[in-house]
Amino acid sequence: MTLTADSALEQQPEETPKASSTVYAQPGTAGAVMSYRGRYDNFIGGEYVPPANGKYFEDITPVTGKPFCEIARGTAPDVDAAVAAGWKAFPAWGKTSPAERANILNKIADRMEQNLELLAVAETWENGKPVRETLAADIPLAIDHFRYFAGALRAQEGGVSVIDEDTIAYHFHEPLGVVGQIIPWNFPILMAVWKLAPALAAGNCIVLKPAEQTPASIHVWMDLVRDLLPPGVLNIVNGFGIEAGAPLASNPKIRKIAFTGETTTGRLIMQYASENLIPVTLELGGKSPNVFFEDVAAQKDSFYDKALEGFTFFALNQGEVCTCPSRALVQKSIYDGFVADGLDRVKKVKQGNPLDLSTMIGAQASNDQLEKILSYMDIGKQEGAKLLIGGERADLGGDLTDGYYVQPTVFEGQNKMRIFQEEIFGPVLALTSFTDFDDAISIANDTLYGLGAGVWSRNGSQLYRAGRAIEAGRVWSNTYHQYPAHAAFGGYKQSGIGRENHKMMLDHYQQTKNLLVSYAEGPMGFF
Amino acid sequence: MTSRRVDVTPAAAGMLQELAATNGPLMFHQSGGCCDGSSPMCYPVGMFRTGQSDVLLGALEVEGIAPVEVFMSKSQFEYWKYTHLTIDLVNGRGSGFSLEAPEGKRFMIRSRMLTDEELDFFGLIPAVPDTAAALT
Repeated sequence: MTLTADSALEQQPEETPKASSTVYAQPGTAGAVMSYRGRYDNFIGGEYVPPANGKYFEDITPVTGKPFCEIARGTAPDVDAAVAAGWKAFPAWGKTSPAERANILNKIADRMEQNLELLAVAETWENGKPVRETLAADIPLAIDHFRYFAGALRAQEGGVSVIDEDTIAYHFHEPLGVVGQIIPWNFPILMAVWKLAPALAAGNCIVLKPAEQTPASIHVWMDLVRDLLPPGVLNIVNGFGIEAGAPLASNPKIRKIAFTGETTTGRLIMQYASENLIPVTLELGGKSPNVFFEDVAAQKDSFYDKALEGFTFFALNQGEVCTCPSRALVQKSIYDGFVADGLDRVKKVKQGNPLDLSTMIGAQASNDQLEKILSYMDIGKQEGAKLLIGGERADLGGDLTDGYYVQPTVFEGQNKMRIFQEEIFGPVLALTSFTDFDDAISIANDTLYGLGAGVWSRNGSQLYRAGRAIEAGRVWSNTYHQYPAHAAFGGYKQSGIGRENHKMMLDHYQQTKNLLVSYAEGPMGFF
Repeated sequence: MTSRRVDVTPAAAGMLQELAATNGPLMFHQSGGCCDGSSPMCYPVGMFRTGQSDVLLGALEVEGIAPVEVFMSKSQFEYWKYTHLTIDLVNGRGSGFSLEAPEGKRFMIRSRMLTDEELDFFGLIPAVPDTAAALT
C-alpha cells in the first residue's frame, strides 16, 4: 500500500544498511520497542472489564505461529453492556461542538504519530505483514485519516432551502447514536480507523468488534489514546464472530452496522439490519483486474518499470487486501516480453522475517488462511492453469519455521477458472491475455465483484475510457494500491454498499434533520 | 449411478456432530469474497436465510445428526459447477459468524474437478470450458 509523497517505502533499503539495525526485536523481548500485555479484557465505558463468562482465547502471531497473549472471549452480555455504555455517553458526546470533536481527532493523530514505531511493530507482530508496510503505510494512513475527518467535520455545512417567500427548509446533520463496527484482520488498525474516524467525527458512540485473528493491536492503540475520549464513546468487545459479532450486528439498540468481510456474513448482517430497520455499510472484497495495454511496453523507461511494479502489487500485504490486483490482463502483442519482465520482478520480492525492514512479503495472517491459499494452488493446478512461479508454502527456518509463509505465485490460465473468480486472499496472481480494448473490458468485468481495478496505458484517452468502462468502485489508473483519504473507496456489484475514505462517509454516520419553518404571519386557510 | 457434488471428511463430520449436539440441526452456506471468504460457513438451521439467489448443492449425511444442507449463491455456482467439493476441517481462528471458530477449528473446502461420469450425470458435458484452446 503506497500512499503519500513522503512515504518511507522507497527510502528504507538504502538508508538502513546494517542487518543488525534493520530487524526489530520481537515484542516483549530485550530491546523491543513495545510489549503486549499478557491479557486484554473488553474495553467498556472507559474501563477494561473481564468478559461476563470469564473465558479467554489465545492470540497467535503468524510470524512464529506461537501464542503471545490472551483475549477476552466476549459474548452477548458484554455486547449489551458496551451498547448501554455507548448510550450513556451519547447525550453529551453527540452535543459536543464540531471543533471539540475535531480537536480530539487531531490529538489522537498526534499521539499516534509520536508512537508510530510502537504501533507499527505491534501490528506487524499480530498480523504478520512486513514492518516497512506498517511504518510507511498502515499507521501513517491511519494518522492521516483522523486528521482528514477532523478537517472534513469542521468544513461540513448543512443546508437552507427556500421553499417560498415565507417558508424555509433547514437541513441539519445529526449523529445516529450508538453504532456497531466489525473489523477485518488484514489491516487491524487501519481498517478500524477507516470506520472509527468518520463515526466519531459525526458524533456517534461506537461498539467495535475486532477480528478474532487480530484482536490485540487495537488495544495497544486504545491504551495510547484512551485519555482523549470520554468514557463510553468508544467500546471494544473482543470475541468470536458467532459469539460477539452476531450479537452486536443483531442488537436492537444499535442505529447502524458497518462490516468489512465476505459475502455470506455480509448477507447475515443485512438480514439482521432488516429486522432492526437500520442502515448498513458493507465492504465485501473483490477479484480485481489489473489491465496492461500494449503501449505500456513501447519504451523500457521509468514508466515501464512502474508498470512492472504494478504487476507485482498482488504480493503487497501477502495478497491479503480486498483490492488485491489478483487478475493480471496483459495484451497479447506484448504478452511474452512483459510477463517475462514481470516474473523477474516477482523473483526479486524478498520474503522473510516481517520485523526485518528489508522484508517485502511476510506471513499470512493465520493458519486457516495459509491452508485456504494452498487449497487454491491445488485447484489451480487441477483446473489446468500453468504455474509460472511459486506455488508452495515457504519454510523460512529457525523460529520462523512454523510461521505462515507462502511463496509469491503466478498462474497462467483463463478467466472462467475458479482461481480467476474467487478471492484467494493470498499472494497468488491469475494471469491471462486479451486481444483488444473490448476483450480487455469484457474479461475485466466478467466477475461477481467490483471493488478495485487497475489500468495501465500511455494513452490518456484509452486510460480514461477503460477506467470508465470497468465496473468497479475504484479504478487505479497508471497506479495501484494507493489509499489516500479524500478518494472514495467502495464496491460495485457484490463488493458491497457504501463508500469509505471520503467526506461522504460522514453522511453514512449521520441523520438529516429537516426543520420546515413558516415565517408567514397568518394561517394557511384550510380551517 | 448417482453422483454427489459435496462430501465431508471424517474430521469435519466429527465437528458437525459436536456442533449439532449444542446447536441442533445445521446447514452450510459457501461464502465468497474478502478475508474469511471463499469458506463454508456453518450455521444452525434458521439463522441464515437462503432464498431464490441460492442453489442447494446437496445434503451431507453424518451419522447421528440431521442431514446438513449445503448452499451457495447462484452467481457463484456458475463458476464452481465443474468442481466437486469436500468440506474439511483445519486448525484455525475465526471465520465470520461460523459456529466452529471458538473451537479453534475452521471448516475449509477441498475441491477436485468433476469426472467425466459426474459431468455427464449433472448434464455439464458440452459446457466444459476449453482451457487449452483459450491459453494459446
